[in-house]
Amino acid sequence: MFNYVPEMFRAETAETEEEGDKWYDDHTAGRRPPELLPRDEVARAINTEVKAGRGSPHGGVFLDIASRRTPEYIRRRLPSMYHQFMELAGVDITRESMEIGPTCHYIMGGVQVIADSAATAVPGLFAAGEAAGGLHGANRLGGNSLSDLVVFGRRAGMGAAEYIEAGDVATSFNMEEAEAAVKGALDPLNREEGENPYTIQHDLQEMMQALVGIIRTGPELEEAKDKLDEFTERVKNISVKGARAYNPGWNLATDLPSMLTVSRSTALAASLRKESRGGHTREDYPNPDPEFAKFNFALSSDGGNWDSPISAAQSPLLPLPDELKALLEEAH
Amino acid sequence: MADVTMRIWRGDATGGDFENYTISQNEGEVVLDIIHRIQATEAPDLACRWNCKAGKCGSCSAEINGKPRLMCMTRMDDLPEGTVTVTPMKTFPIIRDLVTDVSFNFEMAKRVPALLPPPMPEGGYRMFQQDVERGQEFRKCIECFMCQDVCHVIRDHEENKVNYAGPRFFIRYAELEMHPLDTNDRRELLKEELGLGYCNITKCCTEVCPEHIHITDNAIIPLKERVVDADYDPVAWLGRKIRRRTKKTAAEASVQPAP
Ligand SMILES: Cc1cc2nc3c(=O)[nH]c(=O)nc-3n(C[C@H](O)[C@H](O)[C@H](O)COP(=O)(O)OP(=O)(O)OC[C@H]3O[C@@H](n4cnc5c(N)ncnc54)[C@H](O)[C@@H]3O)c2cc1C
Ligand code: SF4
Ligand code: SF4
Ligand code: FES
Repeated sequence: MFNYVPEMFRAETAETEEEGDKWYDDHTAGRRPPELLPRDEVARAINTEVKAGRGSPHGGVFLDIASRRTPEYIRRRLPSMYHQFMELAGVDITRESMEIGPTCHYIMGGVQVIADSAATAVPGLFAAGEAAGGLHGANRLGGNSLSDLVVFGRRAGMGAAEYIEAGDVATSFNMEEAEAAVKGALDPLNREEGENPYTIQHDLQEMMQALVGIIRTGPELEEAKDKLDEFTERVKNISVKGARAYNPGWNLATDLPSMLTVSRSTALAASLRKESRGGHTREDYPNPDPEFAKFNFALSSDGGNWDSPISAAQSPLLPLPDELKALLEEAH
Repeated sequence: MADVTMRIWRGDATGGDFENYTISQNEGEVVLDIIHRIQATEAPDLACRWNCKAGKCGSCSAEINGKPRLMCMTRMDDLPEGTVTVTPMKTFPIIRDLVTDVSFNFEMAKRVPALLPPPMPEGGYRMFQQDVERGQEFRKCIECFMCQDVCHVIRDHEENKVNYAGPRFFIRYAELEMHPLDTNDRRELLKEELGLGYCNITKCCTEVCPEHIHITDNAIIPLKERVVDADYDPVAWLGRKIRRRTKKTAAEASVQPAP
């Protein structure tokens, strides 16, 4: 496997496989500095430091590259970071440290698909990329999303083409359902009085960050589920002004039901997964549990509407295909 | 911090006017933060395009106090005290409020003849690091289209649009022209159909480029030289391309491409 590591990274982490391996046993050995841990570990470490009262003035931690690399190196290898800190914060990262904090980076869950065709359980609906779930397990590795898009985007396209060519193209079209959907979308524009969608979005973000964030606990997840029911009611009472053309307030109003579907699914799955694994950390269940490694939680909406109850079922992981098994064995 | 007054153009293709919003601001905020606060409070239907809030997607271009700027990279405390005026880019048709229809640029992009490499030699294509780096400057383009917006050739002469690629695409043409593995000849097209000659090197495009690409010096001027070069003598042109490709031996090149 070491052979696949690009030259550029080898120079910074380890020259040989032995040197690379040594680092895992003894973190002081080798060139790889401990800050290059997987993201979930870094995020948790920052969170712990801040909670312990050792955070930076704005509630993050300091990241320092100035003392490790030359200004020329930093400007050449991290041009965007250099530029953004300079322009937006007036911080020169070639001379001083930057303040950083963890943020939502990627959603590991998503629509369940058949890997070969990207087909979902809804006939004629295909999903690829960050919207699709499963590919990256409990913690996506850096850089793997863009390769995911290229590979599975292509498969989704081919899957959709095959589906159409096969001729059994769906589907019953229910005019009543379509009309209800149109009405639902237009309701916020027609409602005279109601809540501002931006306020709801802001409150939802705050609540999810606080209760379904980096470190989770059972009671907080239960609290989040109750709060999400309140949000569902609030979303039904949104009112926006203006017309239909390029109206961001209205667009947000029509996005909010989906944001709630995702939030409710996340909170439910997180409360059921009584273990810690990858990006999912439960304070009350701090270790991985091998039993939970055998399945995903597959959620479905019983009524098919955004506000219908969601139920969860265990969906067993598929056995590793032979060719992948062979690859992994070759690597060891 | 004291409240700020924002004077924002509101309207659509049929017309519009300025509207004033007096709104709170916090330390370190950029213009886009203030626009978002106006949306969240007074005007949820205020249209603006944005995506990354990090100066990387090129969606939030507008004219701030009359100058094309990225709203997400313009700090409020860098602007002079007093009312801040925000208008949509003038060169492109208005969709609504601060959102313009930039599809002119996508039409121009379609007209760029693609890279045409020679047949793959044994052992694959090879490029020298220097050649990679020359094109790299142009690849920093985030397609904010502010250079297109500011260029007087189309800003003041709508009728020129069909015949003018504009600075964003001149850098694309320059990149392809300088590519050691390209065999396409785009000089005739640039001269006859894409208006390279209309550019009179005012450098306004370079001044507004958020990626600090030296559009005029490193792309347009070399392109202009190439177009007049050798009176379209195809042999001289081909010779130039080949010469460049074989100028160095592999041993002289400092960095080899990864396998
Ligand atoms: C800060 C950051 C850095 C990252 N860096 C890396 C990296 O270095 N390497 C890597 O591999 N990955 C990285 N990722 C992850 C990667 O960028 C994303 O996972 C990937 O871009 C997702 O692509 P996508 O096409 O699946 O979804 P998206 O790019 O999110 O596309 C979804 C599209 O759907 C549109 N849309 C949404 N709702 C609607 C609607 N109702 N109607 C119509 N359209 C709609 C959206 O506007 C959007 O264009 C990074 C992510 C972040 C946040
Ligand atoms: S230098 Fe040329 S392309 Fe750039 S703004 Fe001036 S005329 Fe337009
Ligand atoms: S060249 Fe610069 S100004 Fe022009 S579109 Fe690209 S990034 Fe924007
Ligand atoms: S929002 Fe992406 S460049 Fe400004």
